[in-house]
Amino acid sequence: MSRRRKPKLAVWKFASCDGCQLSLLACEDELLAVAGELEIAYFLEASRATVKGPYDLSLVEGSITTPHDAERIREVRRQSKHLVTIGACATAGGIQALRNFRDVQDFIQIVYATPAYISTLEKSTPIADHVRVDFELRGCPINKQQLLEVISAFLGGRKPNTPAHSVCVECKQRGTVCVMVAHGTPCLGPVTHAGCGAICPAYDRGCYGCFGPKETPNLYSLGRGMVALGMNPDELDRAIHSFNAYPHPFRGFDPDRLHGTGSPHDRDND
Amino acid sequence: MINSRTIKVDYLARVEGEGALYVHIKDGQVADVKLKIFEPPRFFEAFLRGRGFAEVPDITARICGICPIAYQMSAVHALEDAFGVKVDGQLRALRRLVYCGEWVASHSLHILMLHAPDFLGYEDAIRMAKDHPEVVQRGLRLKKTGNEIMSLIGGREVHPINVRVGGFYKVPAKNQFVEIRERIKRARDEALENLRWVSTLPFPEFEQDYEFVALRHPEEYPFNEGRLVSNKGLDISARAFDENFAEEHVSHSNALHCVLKGRGAYLVGPAARYSINFDKLSPLAQEAAREAGLSEVCRNPFQSIIVRSVEVLYAFDEALRIINNYEPPEQPAVKIEPKAATGYACTEAPRGTLYHCYRVDERGLIIDARIIPPTSQNQKTIENDLWQLVPQQIDLPETELTWRCEQAVRNYDPCISCATHFLRLDIERD
Repeated sequence: MSRRRKPKLAVWKFASCDGCQLSLLACEDELLAVAGELEIAYFLEASRATVKGPYDLSLVEGSITTPHDAERIREVRRQSKHLVTIGACATAGGIQALRNFRDVQDFIQIVYATPAYISTLEKSTPIADHVRVDFELRGCPINKQQLLEVISAFLGGRKPNTPAHSVCVECKQRGTVCVMVAHGTPCLGPVTHAGCGAICPAYDRGCYGCFGPKETPNLYSLGRGMVALGMNPDELDRAIHSFNAYPHPFRGFDPDRLHGTGSPHDRDND
Repeated sequence: MINSRTIKVDYLARVEGEGALYVHIKDGQVADVKLKIFEPPRFFEAFLRGRGFAEVPDITARICGICPIAYQMSAVHALEDAFGVKVDGQLRALRRLVYCGEWVASHSLHILMLHAPDFLGYEDAIRMAKDHPEVVQRGLRLKKTGNEIMSLIGGREVHPINVRVGGFYKVPAKNQFVEIRERIKRARDEALENLRWVSTLPFPEFEQDYEFVALRHPEEYPFNEGRLVSNKGLDISARAFDENFAEEHVSHSNALHCVLKGRGAYLVGPAARYSINFDKLSPLAQEAAREAGLSEVCRNPFQSIIVRSVEVLYAFDEALRIINNYEPPEQPAVKIEPKAATGYACTEAPRGTLYHCYRVDERGLIIDARIIPPTSQNQKTIENDLWQLVPQQIDLPETELTWRCEQAVRNYDPCISCATHFLRLDIERD
């Protein structure tokens, strides 16, 4: 009796902190079960053995920041039947996309002694700017339960169930009292994509947006609320331009427009 | 006749981040060793400029997904140094506790998933698990308990959200430790079994006369405080780091190395910490280390896997001590008044001493940031080990010699993701 061939899994790293692929190794209870269902064909953080492509499922961590990586991702796509990006770097350019708002040459000179030797692109960009992506899993870092859901969905040939609502809904599900309403703590929860499980408000702090913008967030309405609570507009600007600075509409957020005539219901798609 | 061999590993596996290894052998002599770092730069020091001090622990955590607490701890201690704030009592103890969780999680990952397979000839832990399921599963349970400590105190295991300058956003209630205390007790027993197992691995005869550098504190095994000392006479505060250490450009390498001025390469990390602070380990950890055949000073880098296992045991022991003495502090954080100043701190990341320095303006915005991770400091020592090791093992067949070299690099649990943002890469141009 022949068993169906196990699907081949590959894990790829681009510019990142390693934390999202670590989430796979952090599935302590499930890791060996996952290894039983999939052939771990290419996962350098875990194994020195590599199996040649093509691969059935590629998980891609990290953003594209060098000319070499811009080529490499095309090759990864060519070898992958399904390509799923994991984490804020791969889905949004990551915190290193803060360079996109400045002259990267200035950044290089601050950090490196011999700037001429640094080979880097002007911008840090998400994988989907370079190749077709089959599914994007958000978060800085990703939630490991969601990662298991994505892998299970792939094995079952279905769409992953990862809700697209805001962190606010997760606070309600968790039973956390709203930190903004009850304590006047500025919170990005209303504009931030769900997935973390609303951790920060449960620890008495406002959400800082590490899962990036939810669909059609009303940034200026929330921004005016946060400024009314005493937050400095520069501080608000920095909060929005941090771990997911590059995706719209976080990218175009301008604190000067907080006092503009924009209707409280405007949708910002600049 | 010139007999030339090149050992080349284009993508080093089972390390965090992307690096490569080249060893060139000519007439039976090592002619060149290069540990190449090609992880793309991410420019943390650059975009920290202009950021508020309160944002720094969340931002620097993103340098490394494996040791985010280390980045948060060095950041908050450096900023508290700048503002002249001292965090002590139960808040200080909670910081040690969350660091214990990270040491356990990071070390267990390295011991079982990344390093042990080398000693037994497996490509990875998943293959090793087929023959040694109980060993790997025990390792995963250890790691999980470390992650649970990080999650309880920090909110989650990767990029914890609860650490702030001055303390925490929220401190746990006493009863939140009831369940985890029992799990830590069991994990401590398993850490002892793991240590015994690790000590039975085959170790090559290979000792080096390192200069060990680690924090040393008068009362305790170091996490967040102490003077930076060495076994060869260094004894300084973090403030004097720049006066005593220098980045040196080495022509054969593609990266700057951090060296002790006038003395050269040194070693940070578990073996250095242990060798300098053996007397500060808990009695349980000291006794277990002796039983495992480890002397009070460890000069064989391959035995770093035993030292990590001792530190895992110690971290559980220390976590229990902290939990047993825990009383919730009245405030989750000390109040911070920013002022224009410069602050410095070293803390002990799982991989060794992590130095942070921040210059801050009167509004609390960062003017300048400097971060030196442990892997950068160990780079020259890793290469030195290879210069010594390869001639000893030169008769091994190509594939085995290559594997042995990889293992020697993995002795250091190098975190290339950490190292890169600071390393000054250059490209070899012929």
